[in-house]
Amino acid sequence: MLAEGFKAEAGSRAGSANRAWIGSLFELISGFSAFLVFCLLLSIIATLVVGSYPALKQFHLGFISSDKWNPVTEEFGALVPIVGTLVTSVIAMLIAIPVSFGIALFLTELSPVWFKRPLGTAIELLAAIPSIIYGMWGLFVFAPVFAETVQPWLKAHLGKVALVGMLFQGPPMGIGVLTAGLILAIMVIPYIAAVMRDVFDIVPPKLKESAHAIGCTTWEVVWHIVLPYTRAGVLAGIMLGLGRALGETMAVTFVIGNAHNLHASLFMPGNSIASTLANEFTEAVGDLYTSSLMYLGLLLFLITFVVLAISRLLLSRLGRHEGA
Amino acid sequence: MSVRNLDFFYRNYQALKNISLDIMENKVTAIIGPSGCGKSTLLRTFNRIYELYPGLKAMGEIMLDGENILSRKQDLNLLRVKVGMVFQMPTPFPMTIFNNIAFGIKLYESLDRQVMVERVEWALHKAALWDEVKDKLHQSGTSLSGGQQQRLCIARAIAVKPELILLDEPCSGLDPISTSRIEDLISELQSEYTIVIVTHNMQQAARVSEYTAYMYLGELIEFGHTKAIFTKPEKKATEDYITGKFG
Repeated sequence: MLAEGFKAEAGSRAGSANRAWIGSLFELISGFSAFLVFCLLLSIIATLVVGSYPALKQFHLGFISSDKWNPVTEEFGALVPIVGTLVTSVIAMLIAIPVSFGIALFLTELSPVWFKRPLGTAIELLAAIPSIIYGMWGLFVFAPVFAETVQPWLKAHLGKVALVGMLFQGPPMGIGVLTAGLILAIMVIPYIAAVMRDVFDIVPPKLKESAHAIGCTTWEVVWHIVLPYTRAGVLAGIMLGLGRALGETMAVTFVIGNAHNLHASLFMPGNSIASTLANEFTEAVGDLYTSSLMYLGLLLFLITFVVLAISRLLLSRLGRHEGA
Repeated sequence: MSVRNLDFFYRNYQALKNISLDIMENKVTAIIGPSGCGKSTLLRTFNRIYELYPGLKAMGEIMLDGENILSRKQDLNLLRVKVGMVFQMPTPFPMTIFNNIAFGIKLYESLDRQVMVERVEWALHKAALWDEVKDKLHQSGTSLSGGQQQRLCIARAIAVKPELILLDEPCSGLDPISTSRIEDLISELQSEYTIVIVTHNMQQAARVSEYTAYMYLGELIEFGHTKAIFTKPEKKATEDYITGKFG
């Protein structure tokens, strides 16, 4: 018996040389994969910089503040698509954040148990719809209805208000910056709502109970306890949505109008960086035209990078505020 | 507070069977019994915290200040201001130590800044925590040690000036030194508050309480003066549990 035991042990020792070899191979592969991420990131940046070099040399930083876009005279500026990208994303976030919060709140705190699964699944399915479907739906279904109902109402009621009125001028065409922002909102809501629901779900039940136990209403529990407890996750969800809104191409291209004009009114057609790229890359002739599009791509990359950096900064400041 | 003919159901399972007992004012009452006997369930009916979960139902009568708190008319949030609760594990809120205390007060009272500062200090003194935290009131509540966090939770419960404080195994996650500090605190608090403590630790019940209720399988087996329960229990079942023959 004893001898057998020793033999078995000796056998497993012989095997452990093999296992160590597999272990180091595994370490090598996973290390290489992680390294690959940096390579990819650096080569994308390099490609964008090299590709946009002719435009960079021609227009310098003036490219960012110029609203010209004339392929015939080869004068290019990024102001219109930058503004379009930022404005549509801001509209999307203004709508999507509170709505997603409401959905997540309902799903985690208020919904009857039997209703949680179907609603949660519906939200996940919405997130899985390809963006081109949203674009088609936006153009053929949403935009005409929007032009007939909501836009005239907005114009009649907000159009005459000082300052805000500027945003709601012009013919109600259905397509335009506002429509693009709304479609984006609909597209990012499932993302943000799903993340918020997941992070709300990890709040320890005892923590919520103790807040209820000192007389908090459900709203107070969510606002003062759940939200601060999960702020990192909530912010991550919002950033995920914002990232998608900034870079979304097809759906926006369908409804934004694709016009290189700057208007104060949100009813007017505009352009975003991503939809300019999608529309014009195939027809770009000449180095400067192609290079200007690459320059636009580089700017989009920078914008997303800055957004990410700001969110990290926000997160660390929030932490300090709480005293953590 | 007096409990009369209380039944409690988790859907179809009856967890409490016809419980009747009186909680004496300004005394500590301990509820003991083996795991699953319904002692925590009983405690959780006193502030109706069980209502957060679907399918749970209490029937009978729990009278507090001349009103049946189980009645549908009872405002749950006001009930919970009157009846504070401290849980098994410390649950500091994700905010500063100061705000952990001030938060509950702000819900139902609007105080001047200075009055609020005094009230927070008072509550921290009561919970014997002031000396340890007075220099770091604006640090996070989660930065404290486990025992300190639990005293913070007691301070939080005291701060809203409840009539009754419910302690649900408040020391089960703590080391012996923290436990003895909390026990001292309970003894000090009983002159001003009515306290009900659920514990699986019989020595603890003997040390801190004046009255003891022994529960088994959802029934109240025996209730009386702690001394009597631990020295000459009337029922055989209680004696077996106390002497460790069972449980």
